[in-house]
Amino acid sequence: MPLLTTTVIEIFLIAILAGVMGSILGLGGGIIVTPALTMLFGIDINHAIGASIISVIATSSGSAVAYLRDRITNVRVGMFLEVATTVGAITGALIGTLIAPQLLYIIFALLLLYSAYAMIKKASQETPQNVPLHPLAAKFKLQGEYYDKALNQTVAYNVDRVPQGFGVMYGAGVISGLLGIGSGSFKVMALDVFMKMPLKVSSATSNFMMGVTAAASAGIYLLRGDINPVISAPVALGVLIGATVGSRVMQRMKSKTIRKLFIPVMIYVALQMMYEGWRG
Amino acid sequence: MNQVQGKENSRIESVEIAISKLLRIGVVLAALVIFAGLVQLLITGDSGYPEDTYPTGFGAIWSGLLEWKSVAVIETGLLLLILTPIFRVVVSLVTFLQEKDYKFVAISSIVLVILIISFVIGKAG
Repeated sequence: MPLLTTTVIEIFLIAILAGVMGSILGLGGGIIVTPALTMLFGIDINHAIGASIISVIATSSGSAVAYLRDRITNVRVGMFLEVATTVGAITGALIGTLIAPQLLYIIFALLLLYSAYAMIKKASQETPQNVPLHPLAAKFKLQGEYYDKALNQTVAYNVDRVPQGFGVMYGAGVISGLLGIGSGSFKVMALDVFMKMPLKVSSATSNFMMGVTAAASAGIYLLRGDINPVISAPVALGVLIGATVGSRVMQRMKSKTIRKLFIPVMIYVALQMMYEGWRG
Repeated sequence: MNQVQGKENSRIESVEIAISKLLRIGVVLAALVIFAGLVQLLITGDSGYPEDTYPTGFGAIWSGLLEWKSVAVIETGLLLLILTPIFRVVVSLVTFLQEKDYKFVAISSIVLVILIISFVIGKAG
């Protein structure tokens, strides 16, 4: 085989890091796996994206075990918004061949930058305060509570601006359909910035949803031969271990700290999308 | 906490527990199978296929698994991992049904139908 044991072990170690970061931030780990595989190991982009999809699914399922058990995830919000992301994913797959994605890249990059700005504004805020309960949220009983291990208290929260959140989630689905990624940054943005949910709940719920979004396209990638088993195996194993650790670490972190990690990652993703859009 | 809310909480809790259990089974099973295949590959150095190739169809993976070819074993594990979130939607649907939470039975059904449509479109495209 072309891949040496040492390479497999190196990929495995990077995947652990991707799993930890992905589960803490609600991003799925693809943003670490794809550049690492292409830049450090010279693996071609198709196989890197295939492995990235595997990493998104592994982060999602691996971290959801702990987040569900500890009741951080808002399952109702997750299921509700999956309607938007899956319809978006189909739209993305359909329009992918019809329109040039450049414009979308730039629109979404700007949306991310706005979101980063909104996050900076509330950087000093640990949990959302005085959030009204949107009528749709009341109708579907989307509000909830979770036990925050860093604060040692139960945090009850409301859910606001459901239509806007639904819209951003639809956009996240379109992007996933076009690029074959989990687009976790948009999911967290919809939950945290638009629907004003606590950051930890947003991250856990984003991770929870992402597996379904990615699984919808993973079968296609597999049949197309983009999921190289020798590359994807150490990615899957590493990410599963990392996500298991990360989902425990996150609960003990302050939301302010998670936000400080999140903002630069978001700006990085936005600039990368901007560059893709510009380059055409 | 009033009674209605308490009932609501225990409902959603049972959905969460069901999903969490399923995900743990899926993840552990997938990891074990992937690990077995990867160890076999690294020790024997034999993927079971001509260099740099691997099966990309369900039938080919299945027949490779029956012959216990290391790469086919890895791919079976990866398939288990991919199927886990899809089963998750099915389990949520069934649990919401048991809990008689019909709004969310409808929502889970919609998600499931859309997933199936996306598979069909993906295959055609």
